[in-house]
Amino acid sequence: MICLKRSAPSRHLWKEGLISSICTLVSRVVGAMKSQASHPRTFSRGLQTVTLIPGDGIGPEISTAVMKIFEAAKAPIQWEERNVTAIKGPGGKWMIPTEAKDSMDKSKIGLKGPLKTPIAAGHPSMNLLLRKTFDLYANVRPCVSIEGYKTPYTDVDLVTIRENTEGEYSGIEHVIVDGVVQSIKLITEEASQRIAEYAFEYARNNQRASVTAVHKANIMRMSDGLFLRKCREVAENFKDIKFTEMYLDTVCLNMVQDPTQFDVLVMPNLYGDILSDLCAGLIGGLGVTPSGNIGANGVAIFESVHGTAPDIAGKDLANPTALLLSAVMMLRHMGLHGQAKKIETACFDTIRDKKVLTKDLGGNSKCSEFTGEICRRVQDME
Amino acid sequence: MMQVLYYAYLLLKAACNTLADSFLPLINLCSLPPPAKYGGRHTVTLIPGDGIGPELLTHVRELFRFCCVPVDFEIVSIDSKSTSDDDMNNAITAIRRNGVALKGNIETNHNLPPSHISRNNILRTSLDLYANVIHCQTLPGVRTRHRDVDIIIIRENTEGEYSSLEHENVPGVVECLKIITRKKSLRIAEYAFNAARQNGRRRVTAVHKANIMKLGDGLFLQCCKEVAAGYPEITFDSMIVDNTTMQLVSKPQQFDVMVMPNLYGSVISNVCAGLVGGPGLVPGANYGKDYAVFETATRNTGKSIANKNIANPTATLLASCLMLDHLRLHGYASMIRKAILATVSETRLHTADLGGQGTTSEVVQSVMREIESKGPRTSEQI
Repeated sequence: MICLKRSAPSRHLWKEGLISSICTLVSRVVGAMKSQASHPRTFSRGLQTVTLIPGDGIGPEISTAVMKIFEAAKAPIQWEERNVTAIKGPGGKWMIPTEAKDSMDKSKIGLKGPLKTPIAAGHPSMNLLLRKTFDLYANVRPCVSIEGYKTPYTDVDLVTIRENTEGEYSGIEHVIVDGVVQSIKLITEEASQRIAEYAFEYARNNQRASVTAVHKANIMRMSDGLFLRKCREVAENFKDIKFTEMYLDTVCLNMVQDPTQFDVLVMPNLYGDILSDLCAGLIGGLGVTPSGNIGANGVAIFESVHGTAPDIAGKDLANPTALLLSAVMMLRHMGLHGQAKKIETACFDTIRDKKVLTKDLGGNSKCSEFTGEICRRVQDME
Repeated sequence: MMQVLYYAYLLLKAACNTLADSFLPLINLCSLPPPAKYGGRHTVTLIPGDGIGPELLTHVRELFRFCCVPVDFEIVSIDSKSTSDDDMNNAITAIRRNGVALKGNIETNHNLPPSHISRNNILRTSLDLYANVIHCQTLPGVRTRHRDVDIIIIRENTEGEYSSLEHENVPGVVECLKIITRKKSLRIAEYAFNAARQNGRRRVTAVHKANIMKLGDGLFLQCCKEVAAGYPEITFDSMIVDNTTMQLVSKPQQFDVMVMPNLYGSVISNVCAGLVGGPGLVPGANYGKDYAVFETATRNTGKSIANKNIANPTATLLASCLMLDHLRLHGYASMIRKAILATVSETRLHTADLGGQGTTSEVVQSVMREIESKGPRTSEQI
């Protein structure tokens, strides 16, 4: 904060006014620069642009459903639809189209539907390409039991935070001799630090009580040991959050017996993949699970993690819940908690009522009817 | 009313007996000759381990003495705190001599440097105990979220992620090698299909992550497919590990026999053990070409409940029954197994992990009383 001494009587008030307004402006800019890295941006007024990637298969219809619900809720979101089918850039490297990249770089927030990976197209998985382009290092999946969608597990309320760039999924494999294959699992100090920091910050920002690091350091001493060490170091700076460590197999064992004992879980790539899908199974599957990917430079892409379901594409049978809950997660990330709560409540109430449900939730209504019902509830809440 | 209760009791007993018999055939699949008998008595290496291991194995010895089982135990202690290899070498020599071992889990301090490899792992790799077999079955009298679970898990026990090959080429970047070989994959696949055939199982599912680890898990899958061709009566399919965990928590009844590499085996066996009632109920067996070692399926030390008389002895007692079957002492094995299952079905004797307040000694006493109530055994039964 810059303070300037008052030097003149009232006839120089306009000068003082100008100086103080400059001070306020400078301090605001400094404050904003400091907070940009850690706090989600708050938008109290004005439309926020979000890059929408409808995806393939049922993607377009569930994206339309989400847009309709957001319109009914009068959420201050301006959608910019983009296609991310890979194109071959200069130098022969596969990349996403420039319009899509520019749109994301500008808006920083994305909502993505399911993308299909064609088998013989020659280019890598689209999800992998997006991950590399925007350095999406954290995959966050909050798993909360949905009242009204009954599973053998009740009262699940945990979040899995998975390191998304390295670990077992580095894709580095060699055939040493014929019949012997070696896959390399890469753990770096930097990535482990980054994910641990994100996990603790998430816990703090979302009022979660504890963070558990999941590892297998008894067997993979160096690699998981490094991951664990970094988590411990970061935990020192977050004394308000309880930090525990647990072996992967113990977590799996306890998760299927009593999932309520877990809060936030942070782990490397492979364990995260398995555990996040395990937790999704606890609350009802990928059709109702939201997911968010956080990248460097403030980029965040929220997505539904289910498949493209080509067999029901275009038939108005799809369930938009996963994409909708991901969009709600996006609103919370942007600080629009009121809107998020409204839409989420409308969605859960509709599911709880069981009158209008899509086929996978146990009903026989169409996607448009389900969407309409949620829109109606949202409007009733105004 | 009393009659209804009596008939219900008889029905439960019959269920236990049938269940006990269904455990039996699983063991015949091992082509090892039974270890030598001296004076009609077998000698088995006993490794107490840490945590709850020593007390539970003492109960096993007590029970065997009570039943006059012709087995003598050679106790080899391993001090997990010492850094010398002498204890391990003694244990391995003893197992080589006797051919069979019953063990508790040896604690691994994962804060020690990487040169200090997990003792349990050393045992498995030195004796080439390549197949870890776990049979997860819903037990009558144990309340679980899922009913009718009956899964045999066959896990490759010596390679994969547990190769303990790690290095740090650049400071802050650790590489861990996962090794998959054709020879070991064929071996475990052969074991799995043979087990399925001998136990009248219809389906074998290979669990993998070949969409990401194309060469490594791709090789494993390829080997399974090759072996499957030789067993036309058995259906072979494959499933990606994250989907498998999701399916296990929603519909575990769809699985029959599952075969997988080392790490996924750790995850899946713990998930399945959790589904049928927890770590205190499921026994595990490690088979090699020349040796067999029996322990609990989830390999926990149970440090927090050690020496408090609250640990559930069922898993360890059932593991000792598996050992008796391996020694071709089927009469003793089924006698003890029936008694254990009858005890487990009595809710008032459930230990803390099953939600009850029973003690370890009460459970063991009940098993002994059950055996006693059956009367003295004639020579035809042995």
